[in-house]
Amino acid sequence: MALLQISEPGMSPAPHEHRLAVGIDLGTTNSLVATVRSGAATVLPDAQGRPLLPSIVRYLAGGKTEVGYPAQARQAEDPNNTIVSVKRFMGRGVKDVDHVQNAPYDFVDAPGMLQLRTVAGVKSPVEVSAEILRVLRERAELALGGALDGAVITVPAYFDEAQRQATKDAGRIAGLNVLRLLNEPTAAAIAYGLDNASEGIFAVYDLGGGTFDLSILKLSKGVFEVVATSGDSMLGGDDFDQRVFCWIVEQAKLAPLSPRDMRLLLVRAREAKEYLTVHGEASITAKLSTSELVELTLDTETFCRITQTLVQKTLGPVRKAIRDAGLAVKDIEGVVMVGGATRMPQIQRAVAEFFKRDPLNNLDPDKVVALGAAMQANVLAGNKPQGDDWLLLDVIPLSLGVETMGGLVEKIIPRNTTIPAGRAQEFTTFKDGQTGMSFHVVQGERELVSDCRSLARFELKGIPPMAAGAARVRVTYQVDADGLLSVSARESTTGAEASVTVKPSYGIADADIERMLRDSFSHAREDVHARALAEARVDGQRLLEATRSALAADESLLSPEERSSIGASMAGLEKALAGIDHRRIKQAVDALNHATEPFAERRMDAGIRRALAGKKIGSL
Amino acid sequence: MSRTSAAAGKALTSSRSLVGNHFELFGLQPAFALDVEALERAYREIQSRVHPDRFADAGAAERRASLQWTTRVNEAYRSLKHPVQRASHILALHGVDVAFETDTAMPQDFLVQQLELREALEEAKDASALAALQEKLAGQKQQLAHEIGEAIDRRKDYAGAAGLVRKLQFLEKLHAEIDQAYEAIE
Repeated sequence: MALLQISEPGMSPAPHEHRLAVGIDLGTTNSLVATVRSGAATVLPDAQGRPLLPSIVRYLAGGKTEVGYPAQARQAEDPNNTIVSVKRFMGRGVKDVDHVQNAPYDFVDAPGMLQLRTVAGVKSPVEVSAEILRVLRERAELALGGALDGAVITVPAYFDEAQRQATKDAGRIAGLNVLRLLNEPTAAAIAYGLDNASEGIFAVYDLGGGTFDLSILKLSKGVFEVVATSGDSMLGGDDFDQRVFCWIVEQAKLAPLSPRDMRLLLVRAREAKEYLTVHGEASITAKLSTSELVELTLDTETFCRITQTLVQKTLGPVRKAIRDAGLAVKDIEGVVMVGGATRMPQIQRAVAEFFKRDPLNNLDPDKVVALGAAMQANVLAGNKPQGDDWLLLDVIPLSLGVETMGGLVEKIIPRNTTIPAGRAQEFTTFKDGQTGMSFHVVQGERELVSDCRSLARFELKGIPPMAAGAARVRVTYQVDADGLLSVSARESTTGAEASVTVKPSYGIADADIERMLRDSFSHAREDVHARALAEARVDGQRLLEATRSALAADESLLSPEERSSIGASMAGLEKALAGIDHRRIKQAVDALNHATEPFAERRMDAGIRRALAGKKIGSL
Repeated sequence: MSRTSAAAGKALTSSRSLVGNHFELFGLQPAFALDVEALERAYREIQSRVHPDRFADAGAAERRASLQWTTRVNEAYRSLKHPVQRASHILALHGVDVAFETDTAMPQDFLVQQLELREALEEAKDASALAALQEKLAGQKQQLAHEIGEAIDRRKDYAGAAGLVRKLQFLEKLHAEIDQAYEAIE
C-alpha cells in the first residue's frame, strides 16, 4: 500500500486506512480545493497563501499554459488566448452562448460542444477546465504529500447531463479519480448543516459567477434530502458585469471595441460591481487602445436599476422549486446564501423580502461549497466510520425524455426524482427482420423535442431478425448518483443483449478523451506508462482490500466453490500487482470484479435484511 | 441514422422499470392507509446500507449492485408516497389493472365538476385565483383519497377502487396544469 500512505518526516504516520481525498469547487470565476484534516475541512491555499484560483487559463505559443492569477493579469493583453468563465461553455454549442458578440474568442464553428481556437491549437472547454483541475490537483498533492485517491467535483444543481459529463471528463483528463459529482447547493448544505447541526427545511440560494441554483433540502439527523431544485445555468455574477459593461459603452458613446478593450472594460465593470457592495458609488477609469479615455461614475441607484431584471429573474426558479416541493414560503426555516454574487446588497434585500426572513451568511460564500465537497469526499473515500457519516439524497434537476411520433417528448424520468433512478420501456419492430432501432434522448420540461435540450441519439443493433412486431426490446435508462445517464437494451424473447451506440449531442467521443489524456500527459511531461501503472495498482490494491473486508464480514454467504473461485481471482490479481504490466493488472481487476458479482448481490440483499431486522418481513 | 424512435420502433408499453412488491421491500403491510413514518424510517435504513455513496470506493461489482438496488428502492419509495401510484400498485398486486389509458369513461357529475374547475383555471389570471383553485382541488383530492382507502382497506373492493383511482389521476393532472399556469404568469 505504499502508494496510499502519507510519509511526512517528523509526523506520526497517518492511520492505515486514511485516504487522500479532496473536494473541488470548479467555479465560473474562481476555483478552490479543500480537504478534511484532523477532522476539520479546510481550503488548501497556493504557495503564496491565496485560497482562490481564478478560473482563467492562458495558452501560450509553444504549448505552455498559465492558470489563475498570472493568466488573469494578462487577460486584457491577450484576450483571444486567455479563456475566462469557461464553465459557461461546458456541454454547450456556440449558439447557446449569450452575448457571443461580446466574447473575445475565436470560436470554431462546428456542431456539438463549442471549441476555441488558440495559439496552442483548438481547445475544448473540457480541456480548459482540465487545466484548472490539474493545477488544483498538484496544489493538493503538494500540500498532502502524496497522490490523491479521489476527488469530489461540484457542479451547479441545474447542470444538465451534458454539462455534468463534460465536468467528469475534465476531471479524468486532469488525472483525478472522480468519486462523485456533487451539486453545489447540496455541498453548501453539508458544510452548513454539519457546522450548525441544523434540522428542518432549508433553501440554498446559490448565485455564482455564471450559474444560479435554488435547492430545497430537508435536513434531519444524518440525512440530507433534496426535495426540489431549480435554477438557471446561464445566470450569474457575470451577467451583472455585462450590464455594467453595456452601461459604460452607452454612457461613453463608444464605437465597436477591439477584443482587448472589451476585456479591459469587462474587468473595470466587475471591479465597479464589487466596489459597490460596500460603497455608494464607484468611479470607472479606462484608457482604451484608441487612446480614448473613459471616465464615469456609477452609483448604487443606477447599478440597482440596470440589474433589477436579473435580480427578479432569480425569483422565478425560487417559486418553482417551492411549488415542486409542495411547500409554501412560510415552511422554509432558513435561507443559506452561497456564491460570491450574493454579496450584492440588492440580492440580499430581494431574498430577505421574498422569504420574509434574514438570509444566513455565516459561512464564507466563496468557500462553503469546497468545504462541503471536501467533507463528502472524506466520507466517500471511506475515511469516516459508518454511523458517524451521513446519507445524501439528491435529485435530477430536469426531466429526461425520449422523442416520439411527431417530434413530441415522452417523459421517462421526471425532474426532482431522487437519483439513482431508472426506467424501462418496451419497443417492438415494425418491419420483418429489423435488427436495429434508433432513439433520441432529450432533457427539459417542454412537450416539443425542439424546445428541449438534445442529449444524445443512440442506436440499437443486434436485435435478432424476426417478424415485424415479434421482437420485444426492453430499453433501460439508468441515471446514476452523478446524474449521468446510461442506456442498455435487451431483446426479451431471446434475451439477446443489443449493443447500444450513444452519440452525445454536446459531448466528447471517447477517442477524443483518450487523445486529450495523452496530450495532458506529454504536456505535464509525465510518463504515460508510469501513470497508467500507478493508477492500475491503486485500483487493484483498493479492490483487493475491499474484497478482503467483504469476505471478513460476509464470507458465510458463499458456497465453498464460490469462495475458492474468488480466492483464485484474488491470487491472480496479487500476482499481476507484483508485475509492471498495467494491462495485466486491469484484466485481473476485471476478473475479480466478475467473480464477485453474485457475492455483491447477496451482500446487498443481506444489507437490506439487516436494515429491516426486527420488523416482520416477507421473503425479499 | 433515422431521426426519431417512432420511425424505427413502436412503443409497446411504458412500463415502470422495476416490478415486485414495494410494501414487502420496506417491511410494510400492503394498505392504502400509509404509515409514512414507518416507510421513511425503513427507506432511510435501507438507503444507508445500499446507497452508492457507501460503495464509492468499492469494486465494480458492488457498485453495480448498489446502483441497481438504490434505483429499485427509490422507485418503490416514490410510488408508495404517491397516492395514485400506491393505489395502482395495490390493485396490481390483486390482479386489477387501473387502465388509465384505455378506460376513460367518467360519471357525468364528475365530468361536470371537472369542466367547472377547468373553466376556473382558464379564467384564473393571478396567483391568488390559482391558489384558491388549488385549495378547492386539494379538498376534492382528500375526499377521493378517503374513498379509495375505504374501498381498498375496508371493503376490499379492488375493481370498484379502480374507477376512483382514475378520478384521482384526473385531479392530479389538473394540479399539474395549475402549476404550469403559475409558471406562465411569473
